[in-house]
Amino acid sequence: MSRDPAPVQCRDTAPVPEPNGSFAAVVRDAADTGELVVQPRMGFSAPERMRAGLSATRDADAATVGTITLDSYTRVGDFAALRRADADGTDLNGYPLVTADKTVTTTMLDDVRTARFPVQVRHGSARPGPIVDTLIELGIDATEGGPVSYCLPYGRVPLRESVGAWASATARFATVGPRAHVETFGGCMLGQLCPPALLIAVSVLEGMFFAQHGIRSVSLSLTQQTSMHQDLEALHALRAIADRHLTGLDRHIVVYAYMGVYPRSASGAVTLLTDSARLAVLGGAERLIVKTAAEAFRIPTIEENVIALEQAAATARHDVPDGEAVPDTGIRADADTLIEAVLALDDDIGAALVKAFELGLLDVPYCLHTDNAGRTRSYVDESGRVCWSDVGSLPVRPGADLRPRHVGSAELLGALNHVRHRYDAAEPEETYDLPAGTAAPRSRPA
Amino acid sequence: MSEVSRRRPLVLVSSVSSDSHTWNLVFLQLLLEETGHEVVNLGACVPDELLVSECAAHRPDAVVISTVNGHGHVDGQRLIDRVRADERLSDLPVVIGGKLGVGDEDDTALAAGLVQRGFNAVFADNADPASFVRYLESVAPPRLVRDAG
Repeated sequence: MSRDPAPVQCRDTAPVPEPNGSFAAVVRDAADTGELVVQPRMGFSAPERMRAGLSATRDADAATVGTITLDSYTRVGDFAALRRADADGTDLNGYPLVTADKTVTTTMLDDVRTARFPVQVRHGSARPGPIVDTLIELGIDATEGGPVSYCLPYGRVPLRESVGAWASATARFATVGPRAHVETFGGCMLGQLCPPALLIAVSVLEGMFFAQHGIRSVSLSLTQQTSMHQDLEALHALRAIADRHLTGLDRHIVVYAYMGVYPRSASGAVTLLTDSARLAVLGGAERLIVKTAAEAFRIPTIEENVIALEQAAATARHDVPDGEAVPDTGIRADADTLIEAVLALDDDIGAALVKAFELGLLDVPYCLHTDNAGRTRSYVDESGRVCWSDVGSLPVRPGADLRPRHVGSAELLGALNHVRHRYDAAEPEETYDLPAGTAAPRSRPA
Repeated sequence: MSEVSRRRPLVLVSSVSSDSHTWNLVFLQLLLEETGHEVVNLGACVPDELLVSECAAHRPDAVVISTVNGHGHVDGQRLIDRVRADERLSDLPVVIGGKLGVGDEDDTALAAGLVQRGFNAVFADNADPASFVRYLESVAPPRLVRDAG
């Protein structure tokens, strides 16, 4: 890790104007015209299928950006297995960007990319070096992940090693220039049952980590969870905290449609996607990662993805209720406290993140990674909010959200299925006429 | 003087090498602890050799493999070969469950293949947790131990 960190907070500089046609510029241009950018998760091993998926995404009736999701052998760096799969003709669960013929990939990209349709590479690797080097070689300017969010939830790579690998890869990616864009996956840790203050803290800290290693354009993620009220409050808190800690960077916010157990019924799945689009617009996000009605059963087809993109876009354009207000239950204060506690540990944010997990100042509930303290627990309360049942050593206030209790296997199973049960039962979603509080923005801040 | 007590059976919970999912493992740990078991949870993406070495180190009364990424029938066969090849583990009760295929396969045939290869039992995705627990209690009951006291 670098012991000579670049300054992160550049309070006096204006956001860097990213070049036209870059991933970040396309998202910004859409936001300026009031369009929510929608994006699938999509990866196929065959280049012709990948090209078809990208073309269909581009041509959907929506403001879209493309996704190339990489396969899981590339994710874990098992390049020998990739060569065997290639020799055997085995179908992979994503596009093998690193080992695929560069000419083939370049031709595919040339066919689909335009000045208004950029492509982001999504992968999930704790050792992203070979992937990032390939992005640079191919002229792809956007990717996602993070030293914590692509390490703790998914495998066994030590956090310290992931931080080092992400630091060097990020610094190399930054040499591309101001168009190099990295999205943090930190707002999606384990996908569910993580109280939002911790998601916000990891999201912002990973954004600061990218900035410290030279990236000038970032997006901050947050996943939809079990309560529209809580998710909206969290999005407003995320924006306010990003405004404070990531000044001087081009940035936007990306919402992930619910990532847990999905409704089985078509109507339930569509209603959930509709709610995620409303959440993104009401929360002032610029981009939404969609899910499809097929989610509960299998990997969705290209056509199912296009339907989901168009449904989400139509909701964002025409079907978002007015007059919302978000009460402050303390999410922002808790997220601020967590971030300050981590930043106090070390000027190098990577080192601070490692120390924070060692000390349990960051501790993801139900995360089994050996570098996670594992002393926190959470549950879904009767109003549908994700709450702490045990804060472990987290420096959050022992306030309203903490209700000590033992969460057993039956309650955990119920929490994991909370959204499926609610949407399959076609219960009406919470109303939007919230109590008076902070006014929600109706137009996205520039 | 000595005292006779019941020792809680030790169950090792693990995923397979290619599976990064963990909610299933967290649920199983809670369920097993609630039903009187000690649990060692190895977490996600466990390489075959790590599972074998952890079994040799902990000497569990049973092993529960849970996997949901669709590669379970492939990774499980390779894994149980490695376990049974170790003479210390040849009689160890090992069960597997979850989403074992990607969806197109005949689940009964997949399960039969896994049992033939060396698993003691296979539990489908929709198996009743109570029947799973009863099975484990039958192969790994609490043991009476005499403590010197």
